Amino acid sequence: MSAIAVSTTINGDEVEFLCQAEETLLDVLRERLGLTGAKEGCGTGDCGACSVMVDGRLVCACLVLGAEAEGRSIETIEGMANGDELHPLQTKFLEHAALQCGVCTPGFLVAAKALLDANPDPTEEEIRFWLAGNLCRCTGYDKIVRAVQDAAQELRGS
Amino acid sequence: MYETTYHKAGNVAEAASLLAAAEDGQLLAGGQTLIPTMKARLAAPSDLVDISGASDMRGITVNVSAVTIGAMMTHAEVAANADLFAICPALSNLAARIGDPAVRNRGTLGGSLANNDPAADYPAAMLSLDATVVTNTREIAADAFFTGLFETALAEGEIITGVSFTAPGKAAYQKFPNPASRYAMCGVFVSVGPSGPRVAVTGAGADGVFRATEIETALQAKLDPHAIDKVSLDAKAMLSDLHGDGAYRANLVKVMTKRAVAALD
Repeated sequence: MSAIAVSTTINGDEVEFLCQAEETLLDVLRERLGLTGAKEGCGTGDCGACSVMVDGRLVCACLVLGAEAEGRSIETIEGMANGDELHPLQTKFLEHAALQCGVCTPGFLVAAKALLDANPDPTEEEIRFWLAGNLCRCTGYDKIVRAVQDAAQELRGS
Repeated sequence: MYETTYHKAGNVAEAASLLAAAEDGQLLAGGQTLIPTMKARLAAPSDLVDISGASDMRGITVNVSAVTIGAMMTHAEVAANADLFAICPALSNLAARIGDPAVRNRGTLGGSLANNDPAADYPAAMLSLDATVVTNTREIAADAFFTGLFETALAEGEIITGVSFTAPGKAAYQKFPNPASRYAMCGVFVSVGPSGPRVAVTGAGADGVFRATEIETALQAKLDPHAIDKVSLDAKAMLSDLHGDGAYRANLVKVMTKRAVAALD
């Protein structure tokens, strides 16, 4: 089977890759491009560990084909920090200990950034509603919600 | 996933000819059901025809009370459409509560209808709204479209291009989501139009989405939650599984209907 040539933008850089029709975007990111921040948890769109942004929308990379990325703009966890300077969400996750094993963390950060970009001042209920697609089996969510609230406050400059 | 071949269609006609040319082709809409199914090797299409770029399958139009929605509109797009919210907020609210944000950003109206999952939300809305499912070859009334679990009236190679319906005077959708999966264990869409109340139930019926005609008759007499107090539903006609038996679901249908009637907007 001949490979498909895909041109895309990942974290602002133009990226071209070859993939097979049955490869997911997550497979391509992790195995062809070395971007291993997005994790494969369930592989069926339930856990959100593979959350990335495609054209500004949060998606599960495990349920998008690599071929579907043609012409699209993709943002991953690797693009969140500015060099060595962590994004406020990342800092607050550390400060609040909003992670234990860390497998869900990249997905939570990408999903939380998508939320705060759209709604800089979410209520706790809104945070829980918009992070419903991300599962954490360690923390019990409370610390994650507090970290997102704290980061939101810092990002609002208040 | 088994090996497959990927194609991209720019419009409905192109998608139809790519499908016709394929040995065992399958449309790829949002992929939120198809891709997991392929990963589980429960589906192995020889060819995938990606219709995300089919511009003639997109858009929402509201003309007085006549609504059309393109099959490739995502749940998030349907939920965010202000014209639709102004005339049929029940459908906007339904779309806003399907799955989770990532699913809503990919999953499509057409994909949900073609799959006809017995716990999907949209089929109940389409049936209650007396919608017309528009395909590349014909128009199918919702009453004739949903024919059983994961079964529809679609012919081989037929493509849903959109739906149309007349916005009802009032409507509401209430669902009882499974606490873990958030799929509807029972979802009831009630709409009240010129021909009276239409009540459609998802998640609960043994044969998939259905119209609760006994409840419709009771609500026709009096549009009040207590009007259905004496209605008795056959538990044997309900799904019975580890999440809840038939009698439990039969009761849920009444409870969700009462909540929907109380919430009519």
